[in-house]
Amino acid sequence: MSLLEVKNLKKSFDENVVLKDISLNVEKGEVLCIIGPSGSGKSTLLRCITDLEQEDSGDINFDGTFGLVFQDFNLFPHHTVLKNIINAPLKVQKRDKNEVLKSARDLLKKMGLEDKEDAYPHELSGGQQQRVSIARALAMNPDILFFDEPTSALDPELTGEILVVIRDLAAENMTMVIVTHEMSFARNVGDKIIFMDDGYIIEEGTPEKVFSSDNARMKEFLGKFYD
Amino acid sequence: MMLGSMVSLLMEGMITSIEIFLLTLLFSLPLGLLIAFGRMSKFTPLRLIMKVYISIMRGTPLMLQLIVVFFGPYYIFGTTLSPDYRFIAVIIAFSMNYAAYFAEIYRGGIEAIPKGQYEAAQVLGYSKIQTFFIIILPQVFRIIIPSVTNEVITLVKDTSLSFVIAIPEMFTVAKQIAAAESSIAALIVAGVFYYVFNVLVAFVMARLEKRYDYLN
Repeated sequence: MSLLEVKNLKKSFDENVVLKDISLNVEKGEVLCIIGPSGSGKSTLLRCITDLEQEDSGDINFDGTFGLVFQDFNLFPHHTVLKNIINAPLKVQKRDKNEVLKSARDLLKKMGLEDKEDAYPHELSGGQQQRVSIARALAMNPDILFFDEPTSALDPELTGEILVVIRDLAAENMTMVIVTHEMSFARNVGDKIIFMDDGYIIEEGTPEKVFSSDNARMKEFLGKFYD
Repeated sequence: MMLGSMVSLLMEGMITSIEIFLLTLLFSLPLGLLIAFGRMSKFTPLRLIMKVYISIMRGTPLMLQLIVVFFGPYYIFGTTLSPDYRFIAVIIAFSMNYAAYFAEIYRGGIEAIPKGQYEAAQVLGYSKIQTFFIIILPQVFRIIIPSVTNEVITLVKDTSLSFVIAIPEMFTVAKQIAAAESSIAALIVAGVFYYVFNVLVAFVMARLEKRYDYLN
């Protein structure tokens, strides 16, 4: 059985139908990249799966914990880097303090931020803030990690930083669903690609299959990146 | 009258003033938060009631509210008023009035917190109550402390309005002494008291402001 199963998901905001009929599966250890033009429903799909939006109809089957990395980080500005990471494991999951601290420091080290645990978010660059928010999500030991355009608020150099972190997580077999506009990244890191347009999944499969698709809409969309 | 005996008379008034000040804050700060929640409620009747409440409390003189709260029970219900009620009426009127101002300050602060903060908290599994107290409120404090300081300083001076129902607080006492002695000295002492009190208030609030200012 798949780790995550979405069946016939539909969602509209007032008159605007954003998700028309979405079904997908994510297997354990898989990296799924969702691409497509702005307004195609990618983020709404992620927000339905993570319970930030309530779907109108359809099924979402997922048994486990998840983390979500936002486009604009959403770190807690009044907490230090360390507290941003350890507070939910302590207060929500009620885990042992020493164990949580150790895993938080391991994560900070992995993110190259071991000297930043006492800093406040506003003292960090956007790339560092996004790495903290990835560490915050990972500290909850999620079964699956969702990314909602994790590099859209960053310049190309900082974008690179984040993509390296995500690539490392993929190498450790972290299950991830990544909504992104970084085409070559999606192609390299994704085990599976979904191309969405106008509330539908137009194309899905391996990167090789999707990026060489004959679908007119897909070609038009990719053409804009390769021109 | 010697300055010493005048000051000891004023001291008693001063203690009453400080009591009014502290009790008003004790009741109006939490009450204001509840009113702010009502004012932001999705339940329309509650929201409208709170809107009207705030509008009346801010739109009519505090002195009039004091008189209404004190004499209201007698004129409306014919209740005989116990002597203790005088002080209670002052605390009720001040708390209700200041809660309305604090409610609007809280509301401004709460509405300034980005939606993403709630979403991040939700995804991390914080309950609604945890989200409010751990994530939202500390950020609200940073935003609202300067406005709260303004209100608290005004409150120090407004305690003098309770002279209107003859509470023996600082200003009432000072006025009586000034009338009896045909001298302005007591009023000057009272003025110094209010000023020093407010310098202290401003100092404490500046410390609080610094403590919550995680951006500096």
